[in-house]
Amino acid sequence: MTEWIISILLLIGGTFVLVGSIGLVKMPDFFMRLHGPTKATTLGMASLLTAAMVFFSTTQAGLSVKEILISLFLLLTAPISAYMMIKSAIHHKLDSIERTQGKDNIEDDC
Amino acid sequence: MMRLEAKFKWLPTPLRSLLLFMVWLLLNNSVSAGHIVLATILAIVIPWMTSPFRTKQPLLIKPGLAFRHLMLVLYDIITANVQVAILILGPNKKLTPGFVKVPLDLTHSMPITILASTVSLTPGTVSAEVYPWQESLMEGEEPEQRFLLIHVLNLTDEEALIKTIKQRYEAPLKEIFQC
Amino acid sequence: MLETVILIVFAMIGVSLLLNLWRLLIGPSIPDRILALDTMYINSIALIILYGMSMGTALYFEAALLIAMLGFVSTVAVCKYLLRGDIIE
Repeated sequence: MTEWIISILLLIGGTFVLVGSIGLVKMPDFFMRLHGPTKATTLGMASLLTAAMVFFSTTQAGLSVKEILISLFLLLTAPISAYMMIKSAIHHKLDSIERTQGKDNIEDDC
Repeated sequence: MMRLEAKFKWLPTPLRSLLLFMVWLLLNNSVSAGHIVLATILAIVIPWMTSPFRTKQPLLIKPGLAFRHLMLVLYDIITANVQVAILILGPNKKLTPGFVKVPLDLTHSMPITILASTVSLTPGTVSAEVYPWQESLMEGEEPEQRFLLIHVLNLTDEEALIKTIKQRYEAPLKEIFQC
Repeated sequence: MLETVILIVFAMIGVSLLLNLWRLLIGPSIPDRILALDTMYINSIALIILYGMSMGTALYFEAALLIAMLGFVSTVAVCKYLLRGDIIE
């Protein structure tokens, strides 16, 4: 039974990580590329680490919950690094693809 | 009213102390008496020692509501990720990306940071910038209206998106911090 | 069954690491490369956790935690350098 839970969580996690990387390669401009790794990869990692938590809790003596720490850390830091990256992209005036709406909402920095 | 000072002087940041306590126990992966004593000492001494050189942040006023909001955000992250995964795997040509400016009611920088992070983790949006620029303001000057610039992966209805963000994520934060 | 699933997920993570490497090599801009590097950090955490699971030992947990922290700090440092030309002003 636990083997099934671990397997399903692992497969979900692996799929999300893969989807994040596919988004990274497939999308046409930087701002769209950012969406894959910040969201899909983070959730995939959370799912993988939950699987690891269940695995180590059942195979080894005692409960193992320290994997939550990595999930928590990734969930907290993913938006911050995304923010830093999009800020530096705007600073370098990277091109977004032509059909992007509301480009004039970006203000010039000083 | 926004509250900056904690109730007890010896416990300047109750939530951070709780976090330190939990992290210490999780890192050691044990709940033995020795570790609990050590974690309690660390959770009290570290915030007390670092409080003089930290800028004061608003405290949680409604912890119950904060917990409910956290659960809502976690649920949204999971459902939104499935949508984003479908968008990513679908054809690129169908996507209509866009930049949207969301007017903010929040004024303090910490609730704005939390709002920006939740927006980054939920449906197809990444927060990019807070306007007006911090550098363009004078020392201690308060801008009339702040805006949050977000990038949307598939923009269909701008009005509805702004309304969702304001009602679903900003209104609870306003209530939690009472500002 | 679990061994097979772990192998499949190993393959998935390996493919995503290769895709990240592709993005890192073709760029075209520096923020793109930073993003690819950041994603590679996170994927290598997944790889280490999976390796620990297939070996049946929890010893690799600390390594994963350290990579998570260093990856975040280095991404922020490189972005800060791009933004201001300096890391600590």
